[in-house]
Amino acid sequence: MNTPNDLKYAETHEWARVENGLVTVGITDHAQHELTDIVFVELPHVGDAVTQGKACAVVESVKAASDIYAPVSGEVVEVNTDLDGNAALVNDDPYGKGWFFKVKLSTPAELGSLKSAAEYAKQIGT
Amino acid sequence: MASNADWKRTPLGEEHERLGARMVEFGGWWMPVQYAGILQEHHSVRTACGLFDISHMGEVRVSGKDAPAFLNHLLTNDAGKLAPGQAQYSLMCNERGGVIDDLYVYRVAEEVFLLVINASHIDKDFEWMQSQSAGRNVRLENVSDKTSALALQGPSASEVLGQLVPGIGARLTRNRIAKQDILGHDVFVARTGYTGEDGFELLLPNEAALPVWRKLLSLGAAPCGLGARDTLRLEMCYPLHGNDLTEETTPLEAGLSFFVAFDKPAFVGKEILQRQKQVGTEKRLVAFTMNERGAIPRHDYPISRDGQPVGRVTSGSMSPSLRIGIGMGYVRPEFAGVGETIDVQIRGKNAGAVIVKKPFYKRPNR
Repeated sequence: MNTPNDLKYAETHEWARVENGLVTVGITDHAQHELTDIVFVELPHVGDAVTQGKACAVVESVKAASDIYAPVSGEVVEVNTDLDGNAALVNDDPYGKGWFFKVKLSTPAELGSLKSAAEYAKQIGT
Repeated sequence: MASNADWKRTPLGEEHERLGARMVEFGGWWMPVQYAGILQEHHSVRTACGLFDISHMGEVRVSGKDAPAFLNHLLTNDAGKLAPGQAQYSLMCNERGGVIDDLYVYRVAEEVFLLVINASHIDKDFEWMQSQSAGRNVRLENVSDKTSALALQGPSASEVLGQLVPGIGARLTRNRIAKQDILGHDVFVARTGYTGEDGFELLLPNEAALPVWRKLLSLGAAPCGLGARDTLRLEMCYPLHGNDLTEETTPLEAGLSFFVAFDKPAFVGKEILQRQKQVGTEKRLVAFTMNERGAIPRHDYPISRDGQPVGRVTSGSMSPSLRIGIGMGYVRPEFAGVGETIDVQIRGKNAGAVIVKKPFYKRPNR
């Protein structure tokens, strides 16, 4: 399972890419594999406030709907509109074209509670 | 990850894991939910041929002079109409007309029937059958533990199985069953299935499961899991017991009156079903499609009409063939007509849906 070293990870299988106070969020390769064929993603709206650990998006696979939790708190400043109509991008490229949304980080200290790639890899047993 | 030690495994359990299947618990069994992916497997069955391990299903052998009369008391359909080698879908009801289980009845000889029942109900069903058989010259055997089952389904199923059993496609027509030698094993081959495609179901001794499974894969069948089995059956509006049928719903409410033989003298549940037939039911199982792409109904989501609750979703999914959300659920009869609109509550928001004619999927003419 692919777990890039430059990302931070939440225990609930979201990744966070931190760049100048802006955090891009998606779900991990492990998560997309577990969820299987993703057919729809319900994203938050630009301007929404998300809270670390709280549900903020929903992934619909053929089998089931699953909540996605915000890895950090802040305001949503951009969402990946390409997922609308092509949710399979999450399966095909979870760390790239399959990103979910970008958050303006409100509480930088929260980053400390996220896992490193090595810690997350250990959690999922790879 | 939950422990899987307590769950039952079919003779193909290790084979599924070796093939990289994703395994899940289903009805007390450790079963493959998918191999390549639900969508891909679904399309394999709709366009070519898929192979399912359905060994978790239960099998009960009913034999003896009174077997036809017993089954006509126990079940809603008329088992007496079956000649040896013929099969029918039937329902086993309680005294309230509620469905204990739905099943397939195969008459394999004049006085021998095989009933194929749902995996999670084997013990409950068998106890009920025994209790209903008192005083009759009939023998009931739960042969589930020594019987495996495979479903070979799809437009090319006949071609694939024909390489193993020459001429089977022409010889065995829909709803027929015959004993065949396959790789040196006695196998019951039935022209039945749960996908809406042409295909076969094979009932075989446990030791035959692995060689026959491998042979069918080598002949071009794609291994499929329970995920695709569920989307395929839902597109056909085939009910799943536990979701669309329960002991609190009757065959008439589920729209299955075709499988209730009211001309039989008596059977368990007949009085209530007869009354429902005369005065109507208070709910009906309907099929609906969602208006918006991305709105996917799921089991137990509330259904409303003009803001008033009118029922619940019993089965829902994204339809791989139609590429929209589809579902079934019970609603009051006044809202059950084709073309009526309803709302399905998805995560607190109402999403519009329209009631459609069953089934969702119609096989193209080939």
